[in-house]
Amino acid sequence: MIDPAAPEFWPQLFAVLLEGTWETLYMTAIAMAITFVVGLPLGIVLVGTEPGRFLEAPLGRRWLGRAINAVLGFVVNLGRSVPFIVLMIALIPVTRWLLGSFIGTGPAIVPLTLVAIPFFVRVVEIAVREVDPGLFEAAESLGASRWLVVRRVLLPQAWPAIALGTATTVTSIINFSAMVGVVGGGGLGNVALTYGMQRYSALHIVFVVIILFVIVQVVQWLLTRLARRLSGATPAAGRTARRTERAALDLDDASIVSAPARGDADSPTR
Amino acid sequence: MITIDHVSRRFGDGPDAVVALDDVSIEVQRGEIFGVVGQSGAGKSTLLRTVNALERPDSGTVTVDGTVITGLEGAALRQARHKIGMVFQHFNLVGNRTVAQNVEFALEAVGVKGDERRRRALEMLDLVGLAHRANDRPAQLSGGQRQRVGIARALASQPDVLLSDEATSALDPETTRQILDLIKRLSGELGLTVLLITHEMDVVKRICDSAALMEQGRVVEQGALEQLIRTPGSRVAAELFPVGEAHYTPGHRIIDVTYTGLSADRPVIAQLSRDFGLDVSILGAALETIRGHQAGRTRLAVPGDASVALKVIDRLTSQGVTAWEVHP
Ligand SMILES: Nc1ncnc2c1ncn2[C@@H]1O[C@H](COP(=O)(O)OP(=O)(O)OP(=O)(O)O)[C@@H](O)[C@H]1O
Ligand SMILES: [Mg+2]
Repeated sequence: MIDPAAPEFWPQLFAVLLEGTWETLYMTAIAMAITFVVGLPLGIVLVGTEPGRFLEAPLGRRWLGRAINAVLGFVVNLGRSVPFIVLMIALIPVTRWLLGSFIGTGPAIVPLTLVAIPFFVRVVEIAVREVDPGLFEAAESLGASRWLVVRRVLLPQAWPAIALGTATTVTSIINFSAMVGVVGGGGLGNVALTYGMQRYSALHIVFVVIILFVIVQVVQWLLTRLARRLSGATPAAGRTARRTERAALDLDDASIVSAPARGDADSPTR
Repeated sequence: MITIDHVSRRFGDGPDAVVALDDVSIEVQRGEIFGVVGQSGAGKSTLLRTVNALERPDSGTVTVDGTVITGLEGAALRQARHKIGMVFQHFNLVGNRTVAQNVEFALEAVGVKGDERRRRALEMLDLVGLAHRANDRPAQLSGGQRQRVGIARALASQPDVLLSDEATSALDPETTRQILDLIKRLSGELGLTVLLITHEMDVVKRICDSAALMEQGRVVEQGALEQLIRTPGSRVAAELFPVGEAHYTPGHRIIDVTYTGLSADRPVIAQLSRDFGLDVSILGAALETIRGHQAGRTRLAVPGDASVALKVIDRLTSQGVTAWEVHP
């Protein structure tokens, strides 16, 4: 039992929270960064290799597109259906092989990344699917290479939705990061676990909740702003267009935010 | 310039199969504007899309300027597509990029870089009268303006051929006329060959040199407009000149008279009544401006039998108008 009246209570609380916050941000940031870099191309390839899409026949081979699509779809679905706690335990040997250790905040990033990637692939998949097929057709008619299509058509159109989906992904990584105490990971979840649950300090819990809330809000706010910015091509772009875009974005926004916190991106955004 | 040779395309198989193209052959001459008309589902879009290989035929070949498009893949196909521009009914502009960037995209596809690319994109926008909107986004433009951007993009790589799939169907009549006149002007200035699809006869009337009518995947008529309007029974011509249904009139023969250019002004029919002492009645008439020329069709009911009809037709023909008997 911790005594809030003790003189060392507040400095200690402060130090613990600071460390926990740092660990949470650190785990989340790295996991999100890796997730983004891996998930973005995977999501694009997953949609692109569907029949009739721009990657249906990579290297001119239709069967290759079908194979890639099937394997990716399977892996992503598999990844999404394994509960995080099971994934974490199952990954222990992998993490040990990869990092030499499976205990601690650093190693906890491995399962966090692996749970986030399928989720984010789904986010990208939905964003890419939303892009008007007519645009791909126009690009094809202009004799554009696939790479150019991705850079100049697909990504510009998909960025806003991807930014919003990134906010949701970050939220769910933070969510899962609260569980990494199981493999000795730190973070705010661990603070709540060790101080709040095992030592009955309600204040610790209250502060953890407040800090998590603030982090999620800030991330959401930043990425929503970014999404808006991304849906305007240049600063010169006028207000009328922004307004219509805002209306569209608010729709997306609402549907992504209102998805369950654990985030099931399966439900289409529109 | 464009040769579509015995092209067939079916979608699906078994009893549900749709034959979108059934042994279609079309020849589009260099520099002409060729219109394809037909009902919804006739296969017009599918046909047009075979020209730049957005659609692959099951059999037959498509040749554009000597290149067999149907045999191309990969880089060679992209190369060929640089020489074939396309505009779309719904414009298909990238909404999150500026008007100029949309046009630049076409040049990027060709490999034009940096300032040169920007310069040429602005030049294209200038050509369609939108240079001052270069930094706006498509959503800020009207439908007509968006289609102008679509045209600028399609023509940026200096193609020889322009394909248009219902480019004006989403526009109001006045804007439609402006866009058509723009296409007409550019095709003249740039020496383009245009293959366009439409369901509006007005489009054909206004800019087409030739036309084809499609029905259930087949081309049932094609030819130069001048020639089609002189062809007895031509359905394209019947659409161009809405003179109504031909009803059987007892004791009468029905004759369609078609005249173009100068003969439109001459009182041939009044003269006919006078010369033959016939009580000719007019069942219907349509006067149209086809490619800037007056042309008209009048449907007459002439009392008498087949020999009278022949006599009348002979006389009309000798006066430089085209006439034939219609059998209801
Ligand atoms: N990708 C496709 N898959 C299956 N069927 C198709 C496909 N594309 C076209 N079809 C079918 O082929 C037929 C011809 O279609 P097409 O789009 O060429 O007609 P259209 O003359 O352009 O009609 P519209 O005037 O309505 O645009 C239709 O029956 C259509 O349903
Ligand atoms: Mg069509």
